[in-house]
Amino acid sequence: MIDRDATAGAVAAKLRTGHADVAGSVFAGALVATLVASVAILVVLLWDVFRRGVPVLADRGADFLAAGPSSFPAEAGIGAALAGSIVMMAIVAVVAFPLGVGAAVYLEEYARDTWLTRVIAANVRNLAGVPSIVYGILGLVLFVDALNRLINIRDLGSLLSGGLTLAVLVLPIVVITTSEALRAVPKSLREAAFGVGATRWEVIRHHVLPAAAPGVLTGIVLSLARAFGETAPLLLVGATGAFFATGNASFMGKLLTTAYSAVPIQILNWAVDPNPAFKSLAAAGIVVMMVILLLVNGVAIWLRDRYERAW
Amino acid sequence: MAAIAPTVTAADLRGGSARRRRETVIRRTFGAAAAISIVISAIIIVSLIGNAVSFLRQIQLSWLFADGWFPRRNEFSIPTLFIGSAVVAGIAMVIAVPLGLGSALYLSEYARPRARRMLKPVIELLAGLPSIVVGFFALTVISPDLVQRLVSRATFFNLAAAGIGVGILSTPLVATVAEDSLRAVPRGLREGAYGLGARRRTTSARVVVPAATSGIVAAIILGLSRAVGETMVVLMVAGGTGGSAFTLDPFGPGQTATGAMAALAIGSDQVKGAGPAFQSLFFVGLLLFALTFSLNVVSERFVRRARRHG
Repeated sequence: MIDRDATAGAVAAKLRTGHADVAGSVFAGALVATLVASVAILVVLLWDVFRRGVPVLADRGADFLAAGPSSFPAEAGIGAALAGSIVMMAIVAVVAFPLGVGAAVYLEEYARDTWLTRVIAANVRNLAGVPSIVYGILGLVLFVDALNRLINIRDLGSLLSGGLTLAVLVLPIVVITTSEALRAVPKSLREAAFGVGATRWEVIRHHVLPAAAPGVLTGIVLSLARAFGETAPLLLVGATGAFFATGNASFMGKLLTTAYSAVPIQILNWAVDPNPAFKSLAAAGIVVMMVILLLVNGVAIWLRDRYERAW
Repeated sequence: MAAIAPTVTAADLRGGSARRRRETVIRRTFGAAAAISIVISAIIIVSLIGNAVSFLRQIQLSWLFADGWFPRRNEFSIPTLFIGSAVVAGIAMVIAVPLGLGSALYLSEYARPRARRMLKPVIELLAGLPSIVVGFFALTVISPDLVQRLVSRATFFNLAAAGIGVGILSTPLVATVAEDSLRAVPRGLREGAYGLGARRRTTSARVVVPAATSGIVAAIILGLSRAVGETMVVLMVAGGTGGSAFTLDPFGPGQTATGAMAALAIGSDQVKGAGPAFQSLFFVGLLLFALTFSLNVVSERFVRRARRHG
């Protein structure tokens, strides 16, 4: 038999002692330290890049944004690369988004739970984890070689193959984020629409997609950001420093089929150049890229906050 | 009033034939879009295997175990590349696992909602950092100001700097996946622990973390897969663009599978388009694809197990 009073007294005494929880504080401190370290890395990185890049931007101003590549640091700019990136983003938007959203709609709204559906869903998740340089190989074989044969592009690389490669790269991300947004729409909404006689497409078109739109748009914007910063696959599909291409892209057809550059590729070329003056240009390019990415991410967050509904 | 049909049959509810035809067309269109993911995987695998086989046909197998990776000299040492990848990924994990898991545990168990709202976007910003930016950072800060200052014999281009940079890129992935699994641990478990008088540390370390083990393992494997597949940082700072001898020394130059592919692609070892050297790109790509694919499949297993037990 336990002596109740003695037990209660012992417990009360134990609770009253109020030892400082040293081990607990150390543990909490260690956790805070890891988070502080992560934040500090980001701060140091941004500070270093801005310290090197902002003077160039202040010095050159709009000229840096408009000028094409040059072997003279004082004349080189990010204009041609920016034009290349913008055209490629347009290709990504036109190709990847309808396909990705369509695939997600099929997987979430139409497909029954068969092994084929499960294989496709697992395959999409795995494709999202494939290293980006492997997509470069896909682009090289499929778009560079095949497009060359099909429409006889003289140059090895073209904006079109670059854009298509990036589109394939972000496709799984679009599918995954869209699927998540569709899954968040409550079943009752669909059932109500079916109940008044809507067909499946009408349910999707008039109810599910509008309800899921903020999530879908956020995913699309974030995958655009991902495509914008991607470098490795473009190395394989022929993006160059474009020392010969000019920023003057008046003729679209020419822009699509001749040598091209992209912002991250231009930054790479400057970063590895032995001439230290180009290092500052690389930093300035990174500043431009980070500002664009921040704007894009800001749009995504704004979309999410503005239109997201809790069900 | 009398016009109401006495019985409603299934045919009446089915809708017009034009409406049904439209439904079928739309369903097939979406189905085709979904099927494209399979087509993409098939093309990746076929183009990798086809070109890898044609590479293997052109070389002697002993070339794959030469003293180093020098495509120009027909030395295609696969161990050199994958040991290099292992060194870089290992260093990356030494950074990413403690930082990622610690941040995740703090955000999910310790941070107040307001702190969480402020800190979460920082992790997301880190996750959105293009690898070229970290590559530049590795070139301008990590290698000269960190690695070379700590280890005086380190060369400017070295595997350690690449590993640290890759670790920075893997950290947010580890953190977000681990945090998701920690937050998926039911509240009741925590409340049960607190009810027994456990402190926050005991609850976190002895109850929440064990319950989320599967998800945490999945996070680490995904981080590893990301680290093995990372290209730009290695290309810029590992110093193997012209080829590399077999090395285990993290403070000297070396080459990884991804770095070798990028170097072949930009032709920094002067082989573009020529014979087996360029085609080795596909063979290395195939091995890399197989490796990351298996890692992803394993992590998927763990995620699913976490869901079942969660």
